[in-house]
Amino acid sequence: MASKVIHALYIDDDVLMDAVKKVRAEHYHIEEVFCPFPVHGLDKAMGLPHTRLAITSFMYGCVGLIVAILMMNFIMIEDWPQNIGGKPSFSYIENMPAFVPIMFELTVFFAAHLMVITFYMRSRLWPFKQAENPDVRTTDDHFLMEVDAGNHDVDQLTSLLSDTGAVEIKVIDKEDDNH
Amino acid sequence: MYTLSNRLRLFSIILMVVGLVGLIIGFADRPGSIEEVKEMMAAHDAHGGGHGEAQAAGHGAEDAHGGDAHYEHVLHQLQNKPWASLYVAAFFFFMIALGVLAFYAIQFASQAGWSPVLFRVMEAITAYLVPGGLILFVILALSGFHVNHLFVWANPDVLDVTSKDYDALITGKASWLNGTGFIIRAAIFMGGWLLYRHFAVKYSRKQDEDSEGNKWYKKSFKISAGFLVFFIYTESMMSWDWIMSFDPHWFSTLFGWYVFASLFVSGITTIALMTIYLKSKGYMEFVNDSHIHDLAKFMFGISIFWTYLWFSQFMLIWYSNIPEEVTYFITRIEDYKLPFFGMVVMNFVFPLLVLMNSDFKRVNWFVVMAGIVILCGHYIDIYNMVMPATVGKSWFIGISEISAVLLFLGLFLFVVFRALTKAPLLAKGNPYLEESKHFHY
Repeated sequence: MASKVIHALYIDDDVLMDAVKKVRAEHYHIEEVFCPFPVHGLDKAMGLPHTRLAITSFMYGCVGLIVAILMMNFIMIEDWPQNIGGKPSFSYIENMPAFVPIMFELTVFFAAHLMVITFYMRSRLWPFKQAENPDVRTTDDHFLMEVDAGNHDVDQLTSLLSDTGAVEIKVIDKEDDNH
Repeated sequence: MYTLSNRLRLFSIILMVVGLVGLIIGFADRPGSIEEVKEMMAAHDAHGGGHGEAQAAGHGAEDAHGGDAHYEHVLHQLQNKPWASLYVAAFFFFMIALGVLAFYAIQFASQAGWSPVLFRVMEAITAYLVPGGLILFVILALSGFHVNHLFVWANPDVLDVTSKDYDALITGKASWLNGTGFIIRAAIFMGGWLLYRHFAVKYSRKQDEDSEGNKWYKKSFKISAGFLVFFIYTESMMSWDWIMSFDPHWFSTLFGWYVFASLFVSGITTIALMTIYLKSKGYMEFVNDSHIHDLAKFMFGISIFWTYLWFSQFMLIWYSNIPEEVTYFITRIEDYKLPFFGMVVMNFVFPLLVLMNSDFKRVNWFVVMAGIVILCGHYIDIYNMVMPATVGKSWFIGISEISAVLLFLGLFLFVVFRALTKAPLLAKGNPYLEESKHFHY
């Protein structure tokens, strides 16, 4: 089944922000906004739910911390205790200050890398993936708002969009799996 | 315009009076002779020794000593105690104002767009530099010229080869560590900071009257950049003079940064607390959640920066284990276990967990709670820097510590909120004001 969407292009992020607020105030459904760079506050203006990425990052950090503790305990205390600088490694807690940099680094490493990988998986991104953005100019200097036309009057919607400062408006018949 | 309510004025005056009376009692209560020390210690024993491990450790050493030498030692420590607590409190509130001054200068030098709505609060807090600085200067002069016994190096006997107190290491440092040089340097540091404060505030007020061409704003920018260069050198030297020289044999090359982190985070926390207080009273309606959020981010970030420096200093000294360096931490871990590790919990673990969540940084009571813990934690931080070298094992948070804090807290509130009434709460001439008002995250 084909559905109608409207692509409205903007050339300024402030104009785009105001447009998003106006379109939402008129109870139209914004499918997606494509931007060349992150626009602060856009997620809030679009009414997207708060990201849970930060929570996953915290959990990954905790995992990294635990990995560092167990790893250093095995390497330095259990497997091969050495006497470094007059500090024999027979007790984890007494040698703990020496392991703090490792704990810190692995916490950051786990939190950062796993968060990025989660982000890629969540956004369905992988190497050699075909780009989903409908207009190449959104990778350069244009912002594109995709509005679901649904059962609304297309002319009315188009005139609303041009009032909000869109520089170009296209009506697209979208096939369901025509990404 | 802000008007100082009678209740707040009365509250701060009561704090000052109570603090002053308590401090006088603290000074009057000092033991005058070895006999009095013996009586006091006997009385403590009768109490059942409920004063923690510091007391117990003191008694253990007493048995080993046997003679009067130990009692004389304790006598000197207890005679130092009110002076040291006065010093800690005077420095703590001065460093809050100094931290705010540095933060204020950074806002101008970096041409920050988010913060101009907070400028009048910052200017008011830095007003404390004048009276607080004068009091601290007098205390420094008294200590530097050995009227009290806070600084070991100020005692002329340590330079005298024939004396039993002769100290070759301090003699070697005497060209820097002497009363005259100490007080001249203090005058230069404070003079420079106060001079910047005077002109920065003056230009900020002039910019309100005449914002044409941003003439005064540009002047503010220039002196702020210059001040920051002056500040980072003088702040570092100030930390050697006023704090590190309590342990004149010991030195740490990152000590200046460490003290800077402490004063910076205390200053930013105070800005946040004052802004939230003023908002709760219906002032500063132009300050929104995002400004509080940004201040809380600074509190979080600089707390972690402080921990980084604290740990860097600790770990290198702990690992290399050189006697002349490691003695600093051995004293603190053996005699000051609770404040030493308690401070790390208050200044690192607590802000880390409480302020990590983005949403919590917008909840005012969360920020206030974290801020109060951070301020208490940094008081204990300064306490740990000063007390081990001045009162040693004879420490406890008693009447003189609490009174000194109350006295300076009262003075701080009185001066700061009175300074707040002197100008409109919005720096309306600032060229970045509109950006700041619409700041959102």
